[in-house]
Amino acid sequence: MYVAVKGGERAIENAHRLLANARRGDQSVPEVTLDQISEQLGLAVDRVMGEGSLYDRELAALAIKQARGDLIEAIFLVRAFRATLPRFGASEPVDTGAMRVQRRVSSTFKDIPGGQILGPTFDYTHRLLDPSLAEGFVPDAPATAEAATAPTPRVTDILGRDGLIESSPQADDGASVGDLTREPLNFPADRDLRLQNLARGDEGFLLAMGYSTQRGYGRNHPFAGEIRFGEVEVEFFAEDAGFAVPLGSIELTECQMVNQFKGTATEAPCFTRGYGLAFGQSERKTMSMALVDRALRARELGEEALAPAQDEEFVMSHSDNVQATGFVEHLKLPHYVDFQSELGLLRKLRQEFADAQAGDAMKEAAE
Amino acid sequence: MKLSIIIDNFDAASSVDQVTQHNNQQAQRKAAMAVLAHAEAGEIAARLRNFSLPAHQHLRMPESGLVMLRGRVGGDGAPFNLGEATVSRAAVRLASGEVGFGYTLGRDGEKARLIALCDALVQSRDHGGLVERNVIAPLREQLMVERRQAAAETAATKVDFYTMVRGEG
Repeated sequence: MYVAVKGGERAIENAHRLLANARRGDQSVPEVTLDQISEQLGLAVDRVMGEGSLYDRELAALAIKQARGDLIEAIFLVRAFRATLPRFGASEPVDTGAMRVQRRVSSTFKDIPGGQILGPTFDYTHRLLDPSLAEGFVPDAPATAEAATAPTPRVTDILGRDGLIESSPQADDGASVGDLTREPLNFPADRDLRLQNLARGDEGFLLAMGYSTQRGYGRNHPFAGEIRFGEVEVEFFAEDAGFAVPLGSIELTECQMVNQFKGTATEAPCFTRGYGLAFGQSERKTMSMALVDRALRARELGEEALAPAQDEEFVMSHSDNVQATGFVEHLKLPHYVDFQSELGLLRKLRQEFADAQAGDAMKEAAE
Repeated sequence: MKLSIIIDNFDAASSVDQVTQHNNQQAQRKAAMAVLAHAEAGEIAARLRNFSLPAHQHLRMPESGLVMLRGRVGGDGAPFNLGEATVSRAAVRLASGEVGFGYTLGRDGEKARLIALCDALVQSRDHGGLVERNVIAPLREQLMVERRQAAAETAATKVDFYTMVRGEG
């Protein structure tokens, strides 16, 4: 039975007014602008775009401001916003091999064509708090060097040429691409749906799942074959124009995990792969995603699937932080009627218990 | 018979020419769109200000929506849905008949309208050269300068890892 709880409108309205003031904080401190959030808290914006599943820096910055920096709340706001717009269609698949690379490292080969490019990274920093950043910090201009014109092929493409690594699964012509925003999730789920789920999945959840595989819960011996970050061009087949029109470029991070072998009596052993791709500069996210993608292939690769990270129903049903927070946080909404019925039941049980005890005491006394 | 073969071949030849011309124009339009999509609406508008624009009308008023962005499994495999992006679009027709389409990431409808207008102008015999010289070319040059600067900054972070060999060969 559902019973609506009424009343409290005034209190709710006043609570939201109080929230607006708490969000603004001390009004003698200048208000933060969307540009400031987008430019100076760029990685938070990247995360909100990725898990909000909507590439739009300005909207993500607004969501972060509105959510007072609570990124899951911001992701929730972005998801709700995307439901208000019509969908024109789907883009042509982006070509990460043609990325204008800003960062690209491989932990498996030191001499990759195009080289190892560190780009803007926290790696090799000392993780010491820097007091000079507290105020008025002006960084030195970036160093420059002559840019190479050589292409930067994906490391997996290079390994693939020698047959040392499995090739990527190809789609049949005209095969539809699964979309979990349109159809309810069914299990077992194909790899396209799994990757979509992981791409919008919570970074913390995927990190923990990926970490669990490294600690032995579904071990798959990973190497970071390649991590790359940069800009890719997006094209969209426009029905009215009659050809694929350029939409501009987006920033993406891609991670290719190279994992231990598979092979059969008829197929020579080769490395297997896990894949991660996300909006913006999201290295931890794509590495975790690639670990979990590989773990979820256990059944396909004939591995024992006993660990949580190998259980697609477990992973895919719990990766979405908007769903998760909705169900966890709904516990704080009024449950008075539910609770009254539980309370009634408990009183009855306690009465029965008391009656039984009294009965025993009577019996003992009688004996 | 002979004549008909010549006529058939002539037809075939001219339709091949048309296809080539069509493809060339499409490539040119795409190249212009690729530049315009990276520019700000204000920059395009500023470049068009020096231009005596021919009469035109809106075929599709600027509107915003979503496009589902796709990646590929492993970077080169079957496509999958990565997440959506906001996209704006518009369509414009010149009085002389050319129809231009504007598409761009983001929610700036005015930018989509300006791209559509430029796309129509690119196709126009009278304005194609002018819009390429006065709008597209300078914006392309600006984009290239920015990309070269970014590439140079990236290149400075390239590492030459080396492994130490201990002892004698």
